Amino acid sequence: MAIVFTDQNFENEVIKSDKPVLVDFWAPWCGPCQVMGPIVEELATEMGDKVKIGKLDVDENGETAQKYGIMSIPSLKVFKGGQVVKEFTGVQNINTLREELGKI
Amino acid sequence: MDKIYDLIIIGAGPAGLVASIYASRYRLDHLIFGAQQGGQMSEIADIENWPGDVIVVGRDLISRFVAHAESYGIKVKNESVILIKKADGFFEVETSRGKYQAKSLILAMGAEYRKMNIPGEKEYIGKGVSYCATCDAPFFRDKTVAVIGGGNSAAVVAIEMSDYAQKTYLINKGEKMNAEPIWLEKIHSSPNIEIIKNTGVIEIRGNEKVEKIILDKEYDSRGEIAVGGVFIEVGSEPGVQLAKKLGMETDDGNYIKVNSDMSTSVSGVFAAGDITTGSNKFRQILTAAAEGAIAANSAYKMLKLK
Repeated sequence: MAIVFTDQNFENEVIKSDKPVLVDFWAPWCGPCQVMGPIVEELATEMGDKVKIGKLDVDENGETAQKYGIMSIPSLKVFKGGQVVKEFTGVQNINTLREELGKI
Repeated sequence: MDKIYDLIIIGAGPAGLVASIYASRYRLDHLIFGAQQGGQMSEIADIENWPGDVIVVGRDLISRFVAHAESYGIKVKNESVILIKKADGFFEVETSRGKYQAKSLILAMGAEYRKMNIPGEKEYIGKGVSYCATCDAPFFRDKTVAVIGGGNSAAVVAIEMSDYAQKTYLINKGEKMNAEPIWLEKIHSSPNIEIIKNTGVIEIRGNEKVEKIILDKEYDSRGEIAVGGVFIEVGSEPGVQLAKKLGMETDDGNYIKVNSDMSTSVSGVFAAGDITTGSNKFRQILTAAAEGAIAANSAYKMLKLK
């Protein structure tokens, strides 16, 4: 299951995570985000404990969205050691994400 | 030998989903693949020309199409198709998950947004450059934005942006907008939309984010305009790479040539929706759906009535 990230838990769950974290920045109004959602869920199930995968609703968590300069969704960022190491904008194919996460 | 299906439909936008509904009713044993359910339709805010719905949100209408298609026991498979090839008497479709065989195919992969290929466009994707106003409009509240394009989608996006942005420039290369008059009336009555005609955008500049666009000629004695966002709506390009590998005939714009029964130059392969030259190239949800129905009917006639 993909984790739900919020302004409150972002520091602990993402920044301080000892594993790489994939964050899917999304909003309920965005059609392509609804397409991205199930792909992220599937990836979370598939990758298990190897990486942390979760979603952040930019509408409810404006502070984090603003901090990372989100201007387009769906937007996916991979965090490692508290830093963004890879970014994607727009709907991504599961294979692309699997491959990129494999490299990290 | 693996199972050979009657039909494989590639694409899960309106054309593919309607083809699946008809194929189910014709009892064609089929599969439908869609890497992006709904395709471009999932990005449309308000659809005002789908009969029976005065106004409907794109993603809501598509989820109704999916539910309808899946009510026959079919599951839209979220797998991207990597390769299509012709074998002896059937077609093989290779996806991210496996290989599947079918006696016939309906190609309904639609189209994707056309890029302008100008300096700054790629660099600023996600940093002010957007191809999806429905997704990103709220990030541009009270800012100045540019919408680039001269067609219906540019007109719709300018209207959508005018609800959020403080000022929207609609920049059109041509003299006239090729959009429905009902949209143009809305644009002309919006005080915060300004049309710049006969003008091209040649570069997008900024630092961390988009800061301005460079025009190909002066407007209001300026060669550039300060904007925080650029929405690119310059048409679409067919997702035709897979079809080309099958040796399918296309027109100059790379759209798959179809006959009135949606058959293509490759026997057993039909095409429907935005990817084709059909419906007088009037690319709408309504025409895509109709082409999907015709393609399924033609596949049925070829498979079962001969």
